[in-house]
Amino acid sequence: MSRFALPALLRANSQADRVVPPSGFTARLTTFSAGAMAFLAVFALALTFATGRLADRWGQELARTATVRISAPAGQVAAQTAAVLAVLETTPGVASARALGDLEERALLEPWFGPDLPLDTLPIPQLVEIFETAEGLDADGLRLRLQAEAPGAVLDDHTRWRAPLVGAAERIRTLGLMAILLIAATTAAMVALAANSALAASGQVIRVLRLVGALDRYIARAFVRRFMLRALGGAAAGTLLGAVVIALIPEAHTPNGFLTGLGFQGAEWLWLLTLPLGAAIVAFVATRIAAFRSLRKLT
Amino acid sequence: MIKLENVTYGFGPAELLSDITLLLQPGSFHFLTGPSGSGKTTLLRLCYSDLTPTSGHVYLFEKDASSLSRDEVARVRRRIGVVHQDCQFLDHLPIAENVALPLAAADRRDETNDLAELLAWVGLSGRAGALPPELSGGERQRAALARAVIMSPDVVIADEPTGNVDWEMSLRLLTLLVELNKMGKTILIATHDLNLIRSAKAQVAARVLRIRDRQIQLAGADL
Repeated sequence: MSRFALPALLRANSQADRVVPPSGFTARLTTFSAGAMAFLAVFALALTFATGRLADRWGQELARTATVRISAPAGQVAAQTAAVLAVLETTPGVASARALGDLEERALLEPWFGPDLPLDTLPIPQLVEIFETAEGLDADGLRLRLQAEAPGAVLDDHTRWRAPLVGAAERIRTLGLMAILLIAATTAAMVALAANSALAASGQVIRVLRLVGALDRYIARAFVRRFMLRALGGAAAGTLLGAVVIALIPEAHTPNGFLTGLGFQGAEWLWLLTLPLGAAIVAFVATRIAAFRSLRKLT
Repeated sequence: MIKLENVTYGFGPAELLSDITLLLQPGSFHFLTGPSGSGKTTLLRLCYSDLTPTSGHVYLFEKDASSLSRDEVARVRRRIGVVHQDCQFLDHLPIAENVALPLAAADRRDETNDLAELLAWVGLSGRAGALPPELSGGERQRAALARAVIMSPDVVIADEPTGNVDWEMSLRLLTLLVELNKMGKTILIATHDLNLIRSAKAQVAARVLRIRDRQIQLAGADL
C-alpha cells in the first residue's frame, strides 16, 4: 500500500501514466464532472456556513436577552415599570435592564404601522429589555416574583420562538453537509464510470503490461494518477468559478437574513481549498477500486 | 526451470492437451511443432502462467504456478521473455519505449542504458522513434524479441516468431535466438517452419517436440 499512497502518486514520474493511451472523451467527462460537482459543492459549503452562522447568532444573542411586557391601566404603568426594574435589580442572572422609551417602541412598530404611528392614542404596553449574564436567569422564578410585584408584567425569554428557528437553521446546515456528501458520492460514481470505461477500452494495453511483468498496482497507478489529476484540475476550476460567483453575490447588510448572508467570511474561504483536494481523494479511491476490480476480470 | 507435470488443458469437456509432462532445463533449446490448432500456443501460455491447467501442475522456477499470487506471477514473468505471434505493443508509444516497457513496469527505468545497443542488436536503431503501426512485420518481430530480452530473462518463449517475415529475416531472428541460447538462456520456440528447425539444428543442440493427438512427443529423424 505504501507504494500506492496518495503522496507517492503525486510525486510519481509523470511518464508512468503514459502507458495508458489518451482517452479524450473520458478525460473531458471526468474533468467536467469534477468541475460541475465542485461548483455545486461551493454553494453547499456556503449554505452550510451561512446557516451555521445564523444558528449561532440566534442561539447566542437571543439566548442572552429577555423582555418584560407591562400591560396595565395608564395610571399604573409607571409604578409597575418601577416595580419590575426593582425586581430585576435584585434578580440573579440579570446583567442589566432598562425600560424602552417611546422613540424606541415607535421604531420597533414602524415596520408594521408606518412612521406616523400615534403612539399616545394606542394602548402600547411598556417594554423592559433584559440582558442576562453568562449564567442566565431563572425564568420561572422571575415570573413568580413579577406576578407578585407587578401583576401586569409578562416575561418573554424568547425560548418559545427561538428554539424552532435555531432548530430549522441546524437542519438546513445538516442538509448542506448531506449535499456535500451526496456530491462527493456522485463524483465518485462518475469517476468510477469513466475509469471503468477507460479500463475496458484498454484491454490490450493491460494484457501487454501483464505480459511484460507489470504488477496490478503499477497498472492501476497509471489509471489512478491520470483520473486523480483530471478530477483535481476540474474541481479546482469549478471551485474557483464557484468562489467568484459567491464573491459577486451582493451583501444586503441584514445580519439575520438568510439568503443575503450566503457566502464565506474570513478564514471560511480557506475551506474551499479542501474541495479540489477532496475531489482528488474521491477520484483516487473510486479509480483504485474500479482498476483493481477490472484488472482481475480482464487478466 | 519450467516443468509441466501431467498437465491437461481443455475447454469444457473437450481436451486440447492431455497429460503433458515437459521439463525445460536451464540453457536448453527446444522447438515445439505441430499442426495448426494442435495446442502449441496453449502450451506456451501454460509455460508462462497465462493459462491455468485443468489438471496437473506447472512449476515455474521451482514454484507451483497454482500457488502464486497475481503479483508473484508478474514477477515470474520478468524472468520469462515472451515473443507473441501477433507482437502486441502499446500503439501510442514509440518502439523504444515499447521495448523498454518491462523495465518501466518493474520500476527499473534507470537501467535503460543498454537500450540503444539492444535496438542496434535487432537492427532497429533507426526506428526507435517510430510507432508500432509504422513498422513492418519483420521489424515488429525484432522489436518484440528486443522487448522479450531487455530484462535479461532466464527463459525466452517465442510463438511463431518468424510467422510473418521472409526467409532472410527468419534466419536473422533465429541467429538472435541462438546467440541468446549461447549466453545461457533457455529457449522455447513454437513453429511449424521445418526449414527453420533444420537451420537451427545446424547451429545449436536443439530438441524438437511435437504435439500430436493432444500429447507431446520427441520428434525424430523425420525432421
